[in-house]
Amino acid sequence: MADINYKNIKLNAFDESFDAKQGVRSVYAPYAKWLASKEFSQLAQKSRDAELLFRRVGITFAVYGEDEGAERLIPFDVIPRILAASEWKKLSEGACQRVRALNMFLNDIYHSQDIIKAGIMPASILNNEMYRPEMQGVDVPGDVYAHIAGIDIVRTEADSFYVLEDNLRTPSGVSYMLEDRRMMMRLFPELFRHYPIAPVEHYPQLLLENLRAVAPRGANDPTVVLMTPGAYNSAYFEHAFLAQQMGIELVEGRDMFVKDNAVFMRTTEGPKKIDVIYRRIDDDFIDPLAFRKDSMLGVPGLVSVYRNGGVALANAIGTGVADDKATYTYVPDMIRFYLGEEPILSNVPTYKLSIEDDRKYVLANLEKLVVKEVQGSGGYGMLVGPTSSKAQVEEFRLRIIADPDNYIAQPTLALSTCPTMVKEGVAPRHVDLRPYVLTGKTTTVVPGALCRVAMNEGSLVVNSSQGGGTKDTWVLQC
Amino acid sequence: MLSRTADHLYWMARYIERAENMARMLEVTYRMSLVQNAAQSEAALWVPLLHISDTVKEFHANYDEVSARNVIYYIAFDERNLSSIYSCLRAARENAHAVRVAMSSEMWENINSLWLEFQQMDEKLIMDHGLSEFCDWVKSRSHLFRGVTYGTMLRDDGFRFTRLGGFIERADDMARLLDVKYHLLLPSTADVGGAVDYYEWSALLRSASAYEAYLKVYRDAVMPLRVAELLVLRQDMPRSLHACMNELTIILEQLTGNAGNECKRLAGEMYSGLRYGRMEDIFRNGLHEFLEAFLRQNNGLGVEIQRTYLNAPSTKEAGDKEPNAKASETKELSVKSSDANEQKPALAQSQS
Repeated sequence: MADINYKNIKLNAFDESFDAKQGVRSVYAPYAKWLASKEFSQLAQKSRDAELLFRRVGITFAVYGEDEGAERLIPFDVIPRILAASEWKKLSEGACQRVRALNMFLNDIYHSQDIIKAGIMPASILNNEMYRPEMQGVDVPGDVYAHIAGIDIVRTEADSFYVLEDNLRTPSGVSYMLEDRRMMMRLFPELFRHYPIAPVEHYPQLLLENLRAVAPRGANDPTVVLMTPGAYNSAYFEHAFLAQQMGIELVEGRDMFVKDNAVFMRTTEGPKKIDVIYRRIDDDFIDPLAFRKDSMLGVPGLVSVYRNGGVALANAIGTGVADDKATYTYVPDMIRFYLGEEPILSNVPTYKLSIEDDRKYVLANLEKLVVKEVQGSGGYGMLVGPTSSKAQVEEFRLRIIADPDNYIAQPTLALSTCPTMVKEGVAPRHVDLRPYVLTGKTTTVVPGALCRVAMNEGSLVVNSSQGGGTKDTWVLQC
Repeated sequence: MLSRTADHLYWMARYIERAENMARMLEVTYRMSLVQNAAQSEAALWVPLLHISDTVKEFHANYDEVSARNVIYYIAFDERNLSSIYSCLRAARENAHAVRVAMSSEMWENINSLWLEFQQMDEKLIMDHGLSEFCDWVKSRSHLFRGVTYGTMLRDDGFRFTRLGGFIERADDMARLLDVKYHLLLPSTADVGGAVDYYEWSALLRSASAYEAYLKVYRDAVMPLRVAELLVLRQDMPRSLHACMNELTIILEQLTGNAGNECKRLAGEMYSGLRYGRMEDIFRNGLHEFLEAFLRQNNGLGVEIQRTYLNAPSTKEAGDKEPNAKASETKELSVKSSDANEQKPALAQSQS
């Protein structure tokens, strides 16, 4: 019999499903009852079925540094993360609030820079590597910069949610939110009768609506495309999946060219004009004439057309300045400044190693802290103090001393755990949550998220590149 | 549709078709090798397979002798042979992977699971015991893929380019197969006749799934002129050159847009030769010469399709001044696009 009573397991963090005193939490009660009627071997069989299906469908990602073309599956866990309606209300409102403020910040920082004039942010933000002077004074349709934002949220207590970071460049993972749901409905249809689970399947249509809404003026029936770096990109599956779900062309740089202040794609019937590009390629590679000259993936002249309003890009160029880990600390102030509201979601307290007092504290407490590179992502280039060896800590110490501006540090949060199927049975594993916030005419979020889970016992690193898995996230409607 | 998408679909279909035809020829040769024939050496039996795929030179660079085992491995599994079944299926899957959006999810899952199954196979076991089963597997996966395509794909230009690739490749493969065996089909040469020839003719028919069709159409003994007629001129024989050209002319007419007049002209010219041609005339001028000319024309048609639809914008005003004109340089990054895709030389070198 399978259950989530965690026999002989000591919980070392808030668990989404179980409380040491009160037992199974109410949102998980029907699930726990259902689970108790199953044998563990049945669950394990479902898990193998899922893996086979994922592999056949080709829901894989490439891992950099491994054999070229090597494709791996992200582990999928068959036990869902369940969120109560009230919890989701707070999370979704908080995430949307953040994205509204971040979009206003981006518009401000590339125009009148009121936030600097008001003394809330230092002018040094303009020297940030991710600040794009090319965007200064450029008006983008609807003043929207971050059309798609992935907000990483963790939980430490029943009412304590923290935003870990804002992903405003080319956030990925939404295909797992959709595919995990599809898989759960296929594997466990009976569970969907027990729970009023909010649907997420309309995400691609909502995304398409938002993309069409930001087309340059004059485009009545705008042509939207999805731009991918190509089939060897780690997120290629997602690019293909989203293009298919939206019914738009999946293009690479070499499929497009610039002429007469417009962008065209090469088709079997001749050139076709493009109005909106949902690009899943970094700023640096998008146009060899504007940014990296050695980029073979971009479209020469694209940025100049963009700046003249001939085509819309989602996300806009230059959003990196707003999701930089050094900018992150100012987001609560941005919310107060632009919206006149109090932040609904908290930031994790963050130490900037460029500040002397912070640096002293961090260097003295490395084994308790998480240290991250300011521009790192994907779980690369970070130190998790409590789980690292002495040698790793010392190595990081030297790196910090050599280049303190490049790092920030945060207390190690006790990320909440969620019941997860592992070899030995059902056990708690640490999770995070990434809802996808869309902005077109308005800012919205579908009731669901990518839930990433660190499959190794005690691990706090949930990134897929580091062996993390995913779970379906159920937002209850009542 | 996007030119690159069309390109990948076209080549995906070509590679699947090529894999199927390699499997057909491999199986027929293997079956013939089971019949004792003192007059024919092992090498003489197996070397035609290398001629068909134009890989004689490459084969000798990698192997010491033309033995059954070497040729089977080379044709079925050798990565170094760009026309091996392994290479064809891999290229087909890579092309499909690059444009999975452009096909139905059933098609993609089908070709992906084909590749996954292939990777699970035990080469040694197949070489020792299961070559026929393996060839059947390749054929049936190709049939399945064609069926899934037919049954699930939107009837848009993507569908048409997929089919276009299939028929161009089939015409090419059939003509090569016939050309290698053309001496068998010549009527009344001195050394023709007897049980061995009969066996070879029927093997040729079987490799094109045409043996039963022959019996049904002619209700008579297997005769070389009729074998040739069935595989070249009969429109109702689905793997004949005539049938391939018939499909190609129809598909080309259905493509959206006004480009491609030269493609249509070339295909129409080839089609009418087959539609109104007579076997007696073909034999009089030489079957080998006819097949060589056909292969040249078919290759020309392939080049023209590539140029018109698959490589670049087809209207002049876009092609002239675009800053991205150095398309050839960026192409090296591509998965398997046109240039990388065409691996067979323009014209089959017959062994005559």
